[in-house]
Amino acid sequence: MFKKKLLTLGLAIIVIMSLFVGCAAEKKKEAAKIIGTIRLATTTSTQDSGLLDVILPDFTYKTGYNVDVIAVGSGEAIKMGENGEADVLLVHSPQAEKDFVAAGHSPARYDVMYNDFVIIGPKNDPAGIKAAAPNNAQAAFKKIYDDKVTFISRADKSGTNTKELSIWTKLGLVPSGDWYIESGKGMGDVITMTNEKLGYTLSDRATWLNMSANTDLAIVTEGDKDLFNQYGVMVVDPKKNAQINAAGALAFQEWILSADTQKLIGQYGIEKYGKALFTPNAAAK
Amino acid sequence: MDVIAEGFKAAIALLLKGDAQLYEIVGLSLGVSLCSVAISTFIGVPLGALIGTRDFKFKNALLRVIYTLMSLPPVIAGLLVFLFIMRRGPLGSLELAYTPTAMVIAQVCLVTPIITGLTYNIVREKADKVKNIAVTLGAGKFEVLKLLLSELKIGILAAIVTGMGRSLSEVGAVMIVGGNIKGKTRVMTTYIAQLKSMGDYSTAIAVGIVLMVLAFLINSFLYNYQQRDERL
Repeated sequence: MFKKKLLTLGLAIIVIMSLFVGCAAEKKKEAAKIIGTIRLATTTSTQDSGLLDVILPDFTYKTGYNVDVIAVGSGEAIKMGENGEADVLLVHSPQAEKDFVAAGHSPARYDVMYNDFVIIGPKNDPAGIKAAAPNNAQAAFKKIYDDKVTFISRADKSGTNTKELSIWTKLGLVPSGDWYIESGKGMGDVITMTNEKLGYTLSDRATWLNMSANTDLAIVTEGDKDLFNQYGVMVVDPKKNAQINAAGALAFQEWILSADTQKLIGQYGIEKYGKALFTPNAAAK
Repeated sequence: MDVIAEGFKAAIALLLKGDAQLYEIVGLSLGVSLCSVAISTFIGVPLGALIGTRDFKFKNALLRVIYTLMSLPPVIAGLLVFLFIMRRGPLGSLELAYTPTAMVIAQVCLVTPIITGLTYNIVREKADKVKNIAVTLGAGKFEVLKLLLSELKIGILAAIVTGMGRSLSEVGAVMIVGGNIKGKTRVMTTYIAQLKSMGDYSTAIAVGIVLMVLAFLINSFLYNYQQRDERL
């Protein structure tokens, strides 16, 4: 009998606690004087780098808008923008962004910050990519193609995937075959897959730094201008539907391009990794 | 083996530390699951009992549909609900996408057929016997139904707990309609998936342990309740 009473009590406590948690979430909102919410569609690499967790509270504090961060690939984020499912986009696929603006889905795109991509592979580099092309992305890709080295592709229209495909295009090559693995997964998952298969892949530096400690991989190619990774912000055309928070979106765009926030971005990562993960480059106003 | 051992050690440490984010996530998981199972029970139990005690023209077709829906793939439920509630969808103006409400709706779609189907089966077996006895004692249609439900309490409770298990462990639907948004729609299952993809195995194991312990507690409660009633 006692055992049953104990279990009932345990369950009752859990149920009551979960109700409290629900109420507590409401109370937090009142404390920060929230005036609304915006939906930010961004990339998994931006979220996985941890940058947003650090800088977004500053935005909420300054403007009173909460941010719902939907992290998907740049391709899907841009699609969400086309459909009016997001209020503002923060992505890293410059050509797709320019097309987005040209098609009238957004009034304009603005540079926010940049970092770079790196080609990573097993520490002992069995395919000799580092020896052959430590600073030349196209040469590295050409060797991977010629030697049919296992390569994992994001294959999901993300910014990283678009960059990877642009390098293949510059070489005039179309990768296919057992060695070219089209995973359709996010950057973290692809790095794990690359580690498991002891292959090579293209990654943004921030996600790589976050995950490198748990893998047996290392950078084989970096520092090529082809590996430049530019992030941009765009508000979605508010005429698409009645739910788009136009004021909040513009507030976000203004905030992320402001000098104070640009400074915050430039500081992110120094404490944990010794160097900044992103270099802010919004145009001076 | 190292990674797993390290993971467990870090998991215990995290749980004892009382991480606020973890409690929020656990609370939301329970809230969404309890809510959706409650709604599904209110719909599914009377519906299952009704179908079990009556004969009507399209009964066989309806049963086939219910049995199929019992194994409805969660991602399909999630996709369908999302297509309705997204801004471009017919219910877009309700602004339900990426909210816990949407998660409850999707889970109700998944759990109601399960509870309905299981209740139907339990009722079908015992319905005639109970009905005959009840009618000889002078019960009306509504009273027969009430008596049926009270006699078959244990079986129906088992159906509800099955539904609870399904909703607690569900990932696909809540990921699609909820979006795993920090502080808003992040539940234990979507959090575990995210942690794995970020390579944070120790926190993933910690959350997994919490999930399993909660499932154990809920099922232990039913087991004890069942045992007590049998002893009577």
